[in-house]
Amino acid sequence: MSEPAPPIPPMPPPESDRPAPATPGQRLERRAVLLMALLVLLLAGSAAYLLYARGAFDASQRLVLVADDSEGVVVGMDLTFSGFPIGRVRRIELGGDGNARILIDVPQRDAHWLRQSSVFTLTRGLVGNTVIRAYSGVLTDPLLPDGAERKVLAGDASAEIPRLVGAAKELVANLGALTRPDGALAATLANLQSASARLNGPQGALGLLLGGGASAPGGGGAIAAGGPSDADRLRALIDRGSAALGHVDGLVRRADGLVGRVDGLVGRADAQVFGEKGLAGDSRAAVQQLQGLLNEARGSLKKVDALLDEAQGVARNARVATVDLGALRSEVEASLRKVEQLVNEVNRRWPLARDTELKLP
Amino acid sequence: MPSADPPTPGLGQALVLRGRAWWHVVHLGALVLALLVSPASYRRGRWPRLAQHLVQASAPLLVWFSLLSALVSVVLIHIVLVTALSYGLSQYAMQMVVRVLVLELIPLSAAMAVALRVSVPAAAELAALRRGGGFDALRASGLEPLHHEILPRALGGLFAVLLLAAVSSVLALVLTYLAVHGFSPWGFERFTRLVGQVFSPAVSLIFGLKTLAFAAAVALIPLGSSLHEHPGRFSPLPLELQGLVRMFVVIILIEVASLVGNYY
Repeated sequence: MSEPAPPIPPMPPPESDRPAPATPGQRLERRAVLLMALLVLLLAGSAAYLLYARGAFDASQRLVLVADDSEGVVVGMDLTFSGFPIGRVRRIELGGDGNARILIDVPQRDAHWLRQSSVFTLTRGLVGNTVIRAYSGVLTDPLLPDGAERKVLAGDASAEIPRLVGAAKELVANLGALTRPDGALAATLANLQSASARLNGPQGALGLLLGGGASAPGGGGAIAAGGPSDADRLRALIDRGSAALGHVDGLVRRADGLVGRVDGLVGRADAQVFGEKGLAGDSRAAVQQLQGLLNEARGSLKKVDALLDEAQGVARNARVATVDLGALRSEVEASLRKVEQLVNEVNRRWPLARDTELKLP
Repeated sequence: MPSADPPTPGLGQALVLRGRAWWHVVHLGALVLALLVSPASYRRGRWPRLAQHLVQASAPLLVWFSLLSALVSVVLIHIVLVTALSYGLSQYAMQMVVRVLVLELIPLSAAMAVALRVSVPAAAELAALRRGGGFDALRASGLEPLHHEILPRALGGLFAVLLLAAVSSVLALVLTYLAVHGFSPWGFERFTRLVGQVFSPAVSLIFGLKTLAFAAAVALIPLGSSLHEHPGRFSPLPLELQGLVRMFVVIILIEVASLVGNYY
């Protein structure tokens, strides 16, 4: 423990101003210090970078997502918005209601992407990890407050597979039932074929619509046999149509007469309203009378104005009189005070006087 | 030296001898670690000797190990990226690179490099010094061999492992970023977030403890093994190789423990 110190290197000559060249021992010590500084720098830098990467220097707000199943969610995973990570899962806990509570820290510089109307989804892919995504449809909504609790919508691709397979199986069975030779599709196709054959027949679309010879699809002779009856029916139809047109013609004629009478009525109404002694003339006279009345009312109002002016003058005079009354009252009070003094003086000088009553003027 | 081969020890005796050898290593390790954390060991009189071994242990290794580690890192990063891309899993490639390279391979390779280039030669020097009576001569001249010879070598090995691991890890992270994003600054946020995801507090703690344990094992076990030669050899290996084998066993145990801590 008590070994002697190493020999001190010789001091440089005092006449030299330049620093002495370092000895190999000093160079070694300097390099050792440099290497240690490098290590300390690397360790401190790495620690600071990791703290920054873990979000230790970011002010953040808390978001709680409630899911019925937290499978696949791990602490440290991201909450993404438009593919960009904006938050990090800090804790997962089982709530009192049996739901999983996923506690997420969102840095405040990214918190403005989350709004009151934001929707959160939890999707589990077939390959790869689970992803929590946020969607904000209306970015003008109020901001999501700190500590907000939201239900997360779960979308599980692998859980969908059995349901999908079941649905596909059912679909295939239905398709098989449809395409059987005695199935509905085959019957429909046969009907379609007969209909198209009738369309191509001598009666065309009319034959298809009227249904003549429908009992014998595709048979040209049967269509020919059913032809005359259809033509008769068509002719009867046209006759009934022309009779109906005759009725319509009569109706139109009566409507024409009605319109003529309405025309006369309108003429009479015109005379009543706009004639010499019509309503319009009376209205004009009434308006003139009303104008006269208004003029009289205006004159009355002017008189009322003058009256008001006078009333204001009276009020002003009354105010002045009130002021004068105050002065008068103070004078009377002063006179009374003097009289009292005078009485006192008389009483003092003439104490034997019996009649001390004074009569005021 | 005995003129004939020593008799082969029985099982019980062999176990006792092995236990004693391990005890010597643990005892020396405890002594050296206690001295390493004691400020008196870095007094002005002792510092030049420490500085000399510290520089001799780490400076020659630093450049070539960094270059070699960068080369291996580039190859591994490329392999992982291409493989992940071919499976459509490119989003996990970077995380895998960081985990495999920085967390597992680099500390292990730094420990191995220091063991082979620094610790084992230092142990051989110490063994030769001890056999040649150097320790007695030191004691006769008033110097303590533990302070003068053993502590500087142990500190050199310890420091070299930590320095190489730190430099190579930072280098590997930079190379990973460049391999994925190129010389663009716009991937920095994503990369930082991913590094933050990999280095959770538990993983960071295990990583730090593992690197420290590697450094201690590499620096102390070969030295401790070289200082005690037991009568009646129970192993056909020379003393230095025995220390190397012990060190490998401990390193494997540390690695297994860290893997268990990280992934179970």
